[in-house]
Amino acid sequence: MLIAVLSGFVLAAFAPWIHRLSPRASAWLLALLPLGLTGYFLGQAGAVAGGEPVRTFLPWVPSLGVNLSFSLDGLSLLFSLLITGVGALVVVYAGGYLEGNPQAGRFHAYILAFMASMLGVVLADNLLLLFVFWELTSVTSYLLIGFDHDRDKARKAALQALLVTGGGGLALLAGFLLMGDIGGSMEISGLSHRGEALRASPLYVPALLLVLLGAFTKSAQFPFHFWLPNAMEAPTPASAYLHAATMVKAGIYLLARLNPVLGDDPAWHVPVTVVGAATMLAGAWLALQQTYLKRLLAYSTVSALGALTMMLGIGTGPAITAAIVFLPAHALYKGSLFLVAGAVDHAAGERDVARLSGLARKMPVTAVAAVTAAASMAGLPPLTGFLAKENLLGAVSAAPAFRIAATVAVLLAGAAYVAIAYVVGVRPFAGAPRPTRIEPHEAPAALWIGPALLGILGLFGGILPGPFVPVLSAAVSAVLGWDYEVYLALWHGFDPMLILSAAAVAGGVGLCAARGRLLSLRARWGHLGALGPSSWYDAGMKQLTYLARTQTRLLQSGYLRTYLLTIVVATLAAAGFALLRGGGVPFAAPLSGARFYELCLAGLVLVAAGATVRSRSRLAAVASLGVVGYGIALIFILRGAPDLAMTQFIIETVTVVLFVLALHHLPPYSRISSRGSRARDAFVALLAGCLMAGFVLATTAGKRLPSISGYFAETSVPLAHGRNVVNVILVDFRGLDTLGEITVLAVAGIGAYALLKLRPGKGKTP
Amino acid sequence: MSSLILRTATRFVFPLLLLFSVFLLVRGHNEPGGGFAGGLVASAAFSLVVIAYGTDVARKSLRARPVSLIGAGLLVAAGSGLWALLRGEPFLTGQWTTIERFPGGPADLGTPLLFDIGVLLTVLGVVLNIVFSFAEEE
Repeated sequence: MLIAVLSGFVLAAFAPWIHRLSPRASAWLLALLPLGLTGYFLGQAGAVAGGEPVRTFLPWVPSLGVNLSFSLDGLSLLFSLLITGVGALVVVYAGGYLEGNPQAGRFHAYILAFMASMLGVVLADNLLLLFVFWELTSVTSYLLIGFDHDRDKARKAALQALLVTGGGGLALLAGFLLMGDIGGSMEISGLSHRGEALRASPLYVPALLLVLLGAFTKSAQFPFHFWLPNAMEAPTPASAYLHAATMVKAGIYLLARLNPVLGDDPAWHVPVTVVGAATMLAGAWLALQQTYLKRLLAYSTVSALGALTMMLGIGTGPAITAAIVFLPAHALYKGSLFLVAGAVDHAAGERDVARLSGLARKMPVTAVAAVTAAASMAGLPPLTGFLAKENLLGAVSAAPAFRIAATVAVLLAGAAYVAIAYVVGVRPFAGAPRPTRIEPHEAPAALWIGPALLGILGLFGGILPGPFVPVLSAAVSAVLGWDYEVYLALWHGFDPMLILSAAAVAGGVGLCAARGRLLSLRARWGHLGALGPSSWYDAGMKQLTYLARTQTRLLQSGYLRTYLLTIVVATLAAAGFALLRGGGVPFAAPLSGARFYELCLAGLVLVAAGATVRSRSRLAAVASLGVVGYGIALIFILRGAPDLAMTQFIIETVTVVLFVLALHHLPPYSRISSRGSRARDAFVALLAGCLMAGFVLATTAGKRLPSISGYFAETSVPLAHGRNVVNVILVDFRGLDTLGEITVLAVAGIGAYALLKLRPGKGKTP
Repeated sequence: MSSLILRTATRFVFPLLLLFSVFLLVRGHNEPGGGFAGGLVASAAFSLVVIAYGTDVARKSLRARPVSLIGAGLLVAAGSGLWALLRGEPFLTGQWTTIERFPGGPADLGTPLLFDIGVLLTVLGVVLNIVFSFAEEE
């Protein structure tokens, strides 16, 4: 299973290269991987439907509880099949859609990497592993939305999606860590048995809210829905794949996956149901007002995601069944409609529904696929959409609370879907042909094979749901945490569901008729949209830039002296606080061991330090500073630290060389600081000196901690083959620290180089 | 600075300093020394050339760009740790072998020496990068 996940990343790395080798066949070749993976997951279906999840486990960072553990149960299988199956079709479609685009190889790389990340999300059993893949989907989605990176709008939309989902991701990480902390395990399979203990914990509500925030941002739930329509800047295949079939459902997946752990509590039911219902209605309402094909589809996707969330919030057996049935049904028809929209755009050069009409004669195959998908969306028999809608209505009409309100909400949304389906799937194709930007023509096979296959699957699943039932049952059981049998049939008599279903269709027809008035309403009140959550995001971004600018102005003055002062004062405050809290400084300093000449040396260092500060010439200051350094090096020698002394000597020498080289570039010496600032600097400097002295006294006299030097001295030769303990510590025992230090040194060195070479106004740069 | 004395002295001292730098590096594991000190001594040697002959000569005798030295140093230091990783031990675990027929008795040879070489190269690169830039300032 690890290979199944990682193969996508590997192929992604080679995709641009494969594309360059054969630009025509590359998409078909690359689609073989998702296709093969679909086969692999289908092969596992029998075992998984039998109720036995397939697991693999590989320790990664066991000390942090991070493991490469994957688990394939019914829910994961359903998602995996969607991801790889739709993935294969989308890759082929993208080959046709981006034909001739020199960047197509890059697109294939992104989309395969995305597919692998998404597989990781739905297969990971470890919370932190899941988070890693979760963020990878955000990153790959960012790359895909911003694929046309020379367009400002695409870049902005990509950034918005990344910030919203990434921000939610951070909340999710915090939530995961809390969950792991309470439950004592980072494995979802381990936590699912401890649901009750988790819900009893006082940290349950914070953890839940954080996880919900992550799921809601990812799945574009109100009020975070605004990024999804903007993400339509992505090339259509990416929209169809990410923003209809898979990525936005990651949040849904997470909610479903964690239902056994976090669900079954009012703190779960109420927010999830309410947010889901609000999103469902808001999305449907906003979708009706759109005229651009992709935005219309995007808002209707928001609405569908809301419906899924609502079902997971209700959380009864029928509600979960409805969600699990609606999920693939929606992926099939929405993916298909997106691909159709792309094909129409490709063939006719138009995206505005109002300008499209009568395409059926020119694009017959696409038209059939579109109408099939639209019928499924409208919930007409005998398509899967009908089964899904029946289940949705059945679930809400049997909901434990607010039955009538929930039923009305779903009915309204259902009616809206009928209208949307008509506008998207029927209107562009029916009626008299209209002139379009390009003379319309049937799309190439690569462009219609995807929507056609999805449509056929949607039809097949509706007429013969039998083969799908075991997998769906396994998925529902995985979400509920106990065994549940799904029952699906097109016809179950004249029951209330059928009447409700018919009512939804009738309402939809009414909405279609009234759509013209709705659009004019929008024209009149459209400016109210400026008060929506999207404007909150804009305001938030503005505030963020303002904050960044203000704090930069405060902290980054450009004066070295200010930086030094800031650093020293901050250190003083933090370290001094710690020192005082740790019991203060023992003032009975052990000076008894000091010899006379050592005291003389200390005095010399002090005098030289004073001379450095008081001196009126730079050269004299450098020389006195050298005396300070050499004096300290001598003390090191006297106290038995030859390594330190030697390094100190050489450092002093090199520093003097540097100073001398720098000296004649400096302007003539002058006093620019006032008396007050000099006094302040002296005070801070003295305090810093006292702090360091205090630390030395505290560490040598206090002996609060057992010393580690004995261990190093003893093990230096047997473990590290060296008698020079100092060096052994540097290169072996604490080698990682040294590696970090030389990295910092390198960065600082390059930084200094940049400062010297790249000064503004210096003309050419070497 | 065109002092004949300095120039002549540099001719003799420069190779000695470089030798001393290597000496410090190799003996560092058992006696005072090490990559950091070695790197500083080597930089002092090149600084001397800068003062006596100018940066052009110094750059030529260095043969590599200081920035490349920094990169190479980090690479060598980090690479010395990978060895252990390949053998399934934690990153940077010292890997040792003993050369029995070493002139002057058996000698232990290990990846920490490689690490120290990395430190030396990095230090040398950083210092020379700054010294050269300073000296070339107009």
